[in-house]
Amino acid sequence: MNLDDALQTFVIEGRELLQNMEESLLGIERGETDDDAINAIFRAAHTIKGSAGLFGLDFVVEFTHIAESVLDKVRAKELAMDGDMVALMLSVCDHLGCLIEHVAKAEGMSEATSQMSRELGERLSVYLGGKREDKAKETKSKTSMTVDHDARLEVEGGGEVETDNWHISLRFGRDVMRNGMDPLAFIRYLATLGRIVNIVTLTDAVPPLSAIDPESCHLGFEIAFESDVDKATIEGVFEFVREDSLIRILPPRSKIFEYLELINDLKDENLRLGDILVSCGTLTETELANALRIQTGSGNALHPIGEVLVEQGMVEAPVVEAALEKQKQIKENKGSEINLIRVDSEKLDQLINLVGELIISGASISLIAQRAGMPDLGEAAATMSRMVEEVRDAALSLRMVQIGATFNRFQRVVRDVSRELGKDIRLEISGAETELDKTVVEKIGDPLTHLIRNSMDHGIEFADVRVARGKPAHGTLKLDAYHDSGSIVIEVSDDGGGLNKEKILAKAIKRGLVKPDQPITDKEIYNLIFEVGFSTVDEVSNLSGRGVGMDVVRRNIQVLRGTVEIESEPGKGVTMRIRLPLTLAIIDGFLVGVGGSAYVVPLDMVIECIELPPRSKEQGDNNYLNLRGEVLPYLRLRELFEIEGQVGRRENVVVVQYGGHKAGLVVDSLTGEFQTVIKPLGKVFGGACGLGGFTIMGSGEVALILDVPRLMQQVTSREVSVAGQ
Amino acid sequence: MNEIAQINKTLPAVASGVTEDEQQRQYLTFMLGGEVFAIGILSIKEIIEYANLTEVPRMPEFIRGVINLRGAVVPVIDLGARFGKPMSAVSRRTCIVIIEVEHEGEQQVVGVMVDAVNEVLDIEAGEIEPPPSFGARIRADFIRGMGKVEGKFVIILNVDHVLSLDEMSTLAGMGTGTTIAA
Repeated sequence: MNLDDALQTFVIEGRELLQNMEESLLGIERGETDDDAINAIFRAAHTIKGSAGLFGLDFVVEFTHIAESVLDKVRAKELAMDGDMVALMLSVCDHLGCLIEHVAKAEGMSEATSQMSRELGERLSVYLGGKREDKAKETKSKTSMTVDHDARLEVEGGGEVETDNWHISLRFGRDVMRNGMDPLAFIRYLATLGRIVNIVTLTDAVPPLSAIDPESCHLGFEIAFESDVDKATIEGVFEFVREDSLIRILPPRSKIFEYLELINDLKDENLRLGDILVSCGTLTETELANALRIQTGSGNALHPIGEVLVEQGMVEAPVVEAALEKQKQIKENKGSEINLIRVDSEKLDQLINLVGELIISGASISLIAQRAGMPDLGEAAATMSRMVEEVRDAALSLRMVQIGATFNRFQRVVRDVSRELGKDIRLEISGAETELDKTVVEKIGDPLTHLIRNSMDHGIEFADVRVARGKPAHGTLKLDAYHDSGSIVIEVSDDGGGLNKEKILAKAIKRGLVKPDQPITDKEIYNLIFEVGFSTVDEVSNLSGRGVGMDVVRRNIQVLRGTVEIESEPGKGVTMRIRLPLTLAIIDGFLVGVGGSAYVVPLDMVIECIELPPRSKEQGDNNYLNLRGEVLPYLRLRELFEIEGQVGRRENVVVVQYGGHKAGLVVDSLTGEFQTVIKPLGKVFGGACGLGGFTIMGSGEVALILDVPRLMQQVTSREVSVAGQ
Repeated sequence: MNEIAQINKTLPAVASGVTEDEQQRQYLTFMLGGEVFAIGILSIKEIIEYANLTEVPRMPEFIRGVINLRGAVVPVIDLGARFGKPMSAVSRRTCIVIIEVEHEGEQQVVGVMVDAVNEVLDIEAGEIEPPPSFGARIRADFIRGMGKVEGKFVIILNVDHVLSLDEMSTLAGMGTGTTIAA
């Protein structure tokens, strides 16, 4: 195995674990205290420590070890998970993230990081009673302690005989301690799940004292365990050592042949094990005798103990079946966990590209069929393109991820910022299961952070102001996501004071963004805050950003082919709505022709197509027409793109809608629907206005994809000036 | 003057490459507005017939449009217009030379429209003269050197400068920018 790949996996897993850890911590802070959360936090720290040990990342192991020890005490209820502890653990979490970033960049610890390690380590040590020994000493003392402990256990071994116990057989791998695991910790944790009835320590593998390596583990345990948890839980206890240790867990009332198997597997200890099982209280003398008789007697025809018991009329058949059923379910549960596959996103991109090519060649087959006038071929091509469409959807859905993970990250942002500002703000999340393209999810984080910080800083009032206005003292910030006509909408809303319309307008007039007598809608006023130079200036509007301006937010969103709009109600709050395309790779397009060239309009924006009324041709400069009583501004693509040539006899209008605005695009001909694989504009055409990309048609020619939102901006800005005249 | 000094510096690099690889001194010659130009063949991917070009609106004259090169959309540059001459007329012998240029560490493919492709020539490093400071009628930094072939001069182009994506996209952006303002 390539260690670099494995290290990469460690980094990815580490990040995920830290995220879980953070979520659990924030959950506890909100008062959702439960043992599961604490266990999850402990496990996260534990796994990171264990994996870091595998890679010999001592600086991670050393730091995590202290944190883990504290968490172990919390888990054992020796320490309380109070506010201070959560805050400390959050900084531990951040620091671990920092350490893992160092690993990811394959660099050593910087001075600041190691300083941080020491500081946090000291703060954590306070909880451990200040007894922080250095690593080597600790390992040594642990080893010696293990031996003492075992001796005691062995003395106690062989107590009363009990039935209905689990039997757990452990042979720890030699490197368990080197990997940063303490065998005893597992047994201690096991004891929290139930009662260890009996434990026998196997010291046979321990070499003579002169040859002993204090860092190797030679111990095995046979444990009789009384508990009503399920097998998966017990297995979970030993999750971290599963790979290099031999672990067998036999449920209560297991089949005798399973015990036989156990005995057979551990051949070297064959004779002793039978006795140990008896001394553990797992098997009675008679059962062992029976088992051995079966083992020696009936060779291959081994009867499960269940059947034997049923035969003997001791247990009813349904009971056995139910037990078996339960076992099966546990196995299935384990199966579904494995069904997740981590795939390199480059491979996915490659697949999507190939599907894109497939769509193009499919389109060319339909075209040939049409030209050749072969209905059979046409039919087959139609069937194929339907299949390809399904393949396309399936391929695209592979890239889809739920937005929940991104949303949850903001719990932390909200917590930190609200403390910083001294405001009590809660974050409500809905629509976390809404799916969108992974690239979009990755890029939406920054703009969202900015919007959220902005709302918290300038939107939500201080508690006393809120109470005076008759609102609850704590502010509420809402994050919502949902699908809406081919795009995904993400809403950030607060229940703060809302935008101050007059102030914004005054500011805009002063800056020359709008003319004093220009008629302007509320929405347009709110959108002014996204203008360049509006946010970074002195504190005039109540929405001056920190660091980057709102114009950067809008630009980031526009890069994703999205838009942002604002709704505000004075005194009630602001809702910022980000509208994003579902995917960036393939869209359904509507093909139109202007002059000799083909253009594609994204289909989900097309509302209808009408013929341009001849009368409006005579109207000359007026670029709007009457659409069933509605004023529809339109844009002649021929004029906009300066295409030469004679205008056709008939001109058509494609009515498009985007973000609440309608507009018409005047084209020569309408061709029809067309699955469009978006090819980026590339460096040379990056600045092309009104174009969103290229696509290749079935004929092999290149068509241009229109950037409707950008064109709409031109139309609507003119609409305002037209209305103002 | 600065430019000449700079090009002189790049020349030894060309010369040293020759010993390493036979191909380094091979050049594709082509016609453009009645003159002969040459490009080192290492950067050339293929030569295709001029057909099926899609125009991109509101682009400067030297960007003729885009073509579909087996699924990839490739911009096509009118080299004549790029040198500040009138747009090349399309004839039966017009070709598109597909050239790979490196941009920010990535290979970008650009098509170059030429009047006619001649042949691949061997030009020894010793036969290449530094570009003249004036008199070539095209920008000095576009010229890598003047190759002597049978007593005549062939202009060897500096592909990285002629097809500088940064410069072209700036020009393209300016083209659209003025249109928006108007």
